[in-house]
Amino acid sequence: MTFWVKPFFYLGDNCLYLLADLGRMGIFLFAALAGLFKRPFRGKELLKQLHFIGAGSINVVFFTALSTGMVLGLQGVYTLQKFGADGMLGSGVALTLIMELGPILTALMVAGRAGSAMCAEIGIMRISEQIDALECMAIDPFRYLITPKFLAAIISVPLLTAMFDVVGIYGGYLTGVQMMGVSSGSFFNGMMNSVSNHDIQLGLIKSFVFAFLLVWISTGRGYFVLQIRGAGFGAESVSKVTTQAVVLSSISVLIFDYLLTAVLL
Amino acid sequence: MVTETESTPAVEFIDVVKYFGEWGQRHRVLHGVSYSVPRGKTTVIAGGSGQGKSVTLKLVLGLLKPDSGRILVDGQDVTRLGGRKLRDLRMKFGVLFQGAALFDSLSVFENIALPLRERTRLTEQEIEERVADTLETLELTGHEKKFPAQLSGGMQKRVGLARALQLEPEIVLFDEPTTGLDPVMTQDIYNLFRRTQEKLGYTAIIVSHDIPKVFDLADQIVLLNKGEIDVFTDVAQIKDSEKPYIREFAEMTLGDLFEADSKKG
Ligand SMILES: Nc1ncnc2c1ncn2[C@@H]1O[C@H](COP(=O)(O)OP(=O)(O)O)[C@@H](O)[C@H]1O
Ligand SMILES: [Mg+2]
Repeated sequence: MTFWVKPFFYLGDNCLYLLADLGRMGIFLFAALAGLFKRPFRGKELLKQLHFIGAGSINVVFFTALSTGMVLGLQGVYTLQKFGADGMLGSGVALTLIMELGPILTALMVAGRAGSAMCAEIGIMRISEQIDALECMAIDPFRYLITPKFLAAIISVPLLTAMFDVVGIYGGYLTGVQMMGVSSGSFFNGMMNSVSNHDIQLGLIKSFVFAFLLVWISTGRGYFVLQIRGAGFGAESVSKVTTQAVVLSSISVLIFDYLLTAVLL
Repeated sequence: MVTETESTPAVEFIDVVKYFGEWGQRHRVLHGVSYSVPRGKTTVIAGGSGQGKSVTLKLVLGLLKPDSGRILVDGQDVTRLGGRKLRDLRMKFGVLFQGAALFDSLSVFENIALPLRERTRLTEQEIEERVADTLETLELTGHEKKFPAQLSGGMQKRVGLARALQLEPEIVLFDEPTTGLDPVMTQDIYNLFRRTQEKLGYTAIIVSHDIPKVFDLADQIVLLNKGEIDVFTDVAQIKDSEKPYIREFAEMTLGDLFEADSKKG
C-alpha cells in the first residue's frame, strides 16, 4: 500500500469497525429486550442477580452515600456561611444528591462492582464455548443469561439510588446540623420547600437510564469478546474487555447525565 | 418416503470455503470442501491439529458461517437459516465441544439435567432418574454435586458426553471425545457410543486423534489437510493411497498395522 493511501485505509477501516460495533450492540439490545417475552421465564436467576447486583451493592453504596453527604454538609456550611445563607443547607444538600450525585455515584459504583463482574462472567462463558453450547441445546442465551441481568439492574439501581439519597441526606444532617450547628428546623424546612416532584422524577429517570446503560454495555462487551478489536485472546481478552466495559459505562453515564440534565431540567 | 429420507445424506458439504482473519492477513482454513455424511453411519474426521476439524463441526451447527458454499442438514441449508428455524434445526444435534464447554456455575447434575429441564416436560423425579442412569454408565456416580472446575479433563469430557446424549439426538458431533482419557475409559466410551448408536440410530461425526482405534467405529474416514479433504471408507484404503501426506500420516499413526502390511506387500 502506498504511503498516502494508508491514512484513508485506516480511517475507513476504523469507521467500518465502529459502525459494525454499534450495529451489533443494537441487535444485542433488541435481543435482550425480546428475551423479556420469552418463556420459560427464569425467576430464580432473576432473584440471584437481584441479590448480586442489588443486595450485594448495599454496603458500597451506603458508605459512598454517607461520606458524600457528610462532605456536602461541611462544604455547604462553609460556602453558605460566606453569604450568611446557612439556612439553605438542607435544600442544597438534598437537591444535589437527588438530582445529581445520587444517580451518578450509584451507577458508577454498580458499574465498577457488578458491571465488571457480569462482563467477565459472560466473556468467560463466551471464550470457553459455554454460550455456543447453550445455542446448540437450542436454549436462547439472551433469555437464559442476559435478560435476567437486565431486569435485575433496572430494578435494583433505582432502589439503590433512593437509598443513596436518604443516607446522603442523613450524612449532610450529621455534619451540617450536628457538628456545625445549623438549625435542624431550617435544614428540614428548606429541604421540604425546595425539593419538588419534578426533581425527584429527574433523579429517578436518570437512575433508570444509567442502569440500562451500564448493564447493556457490560453484558454486551462480554458477549462480543471475540469480535472486539485489539482485545487479544483467552484470559487477556476477557480482562481487557472488562476494563473497557467499566470505562465505557462510566463515560456514557457521565455523558447521559449531562444530556438528561440539559433536556429535562 | 422412508427410502427417500434414508438415501439423502444427513449432512452435506458443498464447496465450503472458510477464511479467518482480517484484511491483509486472511488465512484459508477450508478450500472448497465437498462431501456428505451418510445417515445413521459414523464419520470420523482426522487430521493434524489446527487443520480445521473443530471449525468443520461449528460450520455444521451454524455457529460459524462459511465464506462461500453451502452446508445441508437434512436438506436444509444451515448457512441461510437464522432465528427460530436454526434453533429448531439444532434440536437434532447432540454436541460435545473440544473443551467440554460445561457450565461453570452449574453442578455436574445440573449440567446434565439442563437440556431435560429446558427442552422437555419431564418431572423433576424423572429427570433425576435419567441423570442418575447416565451418571452410572459413565462411572460418574458420586460426583454429581461437584462443579466442572473440580473435575479432571477426562471427567469433564464424560459429563459433556452425558449432556450431549440426553435429548436422544439424531446427529451427534463429538470433538475429541476420548482425548485425555486412559485406554480403559476410552474403550468404555467407545462401547457406550456403540450401544447408544444401536439404540438411537444416530448419525455421528467424530473428530478424533485416537488413531487407529477410532477407525474401528468408522464407516467413513475424512482426512483434513491444508484445507483439502480425502474421504476413505476404511483403513485399507488409506494405506493404499499414493498421496505423500497420507502415506506419511499412515506411517505415523497406523504404525504397526502399516509396517506389517508393507512387509507383506
Ligand atoms: N475463531 C477463530 N478466529 C480465528 N481463527 C480461528 C478461529 N477458530 C479457528 N481458527 C483457526 O482455524 C484453524 C483451524 O482450527 P480448528 O478447527 O480449531 O483446528 P483443529 O483441527 O485442531 O480442531 C486454526 O488455524 C485456527 O487458528
Ligand atoms: Mg479442534
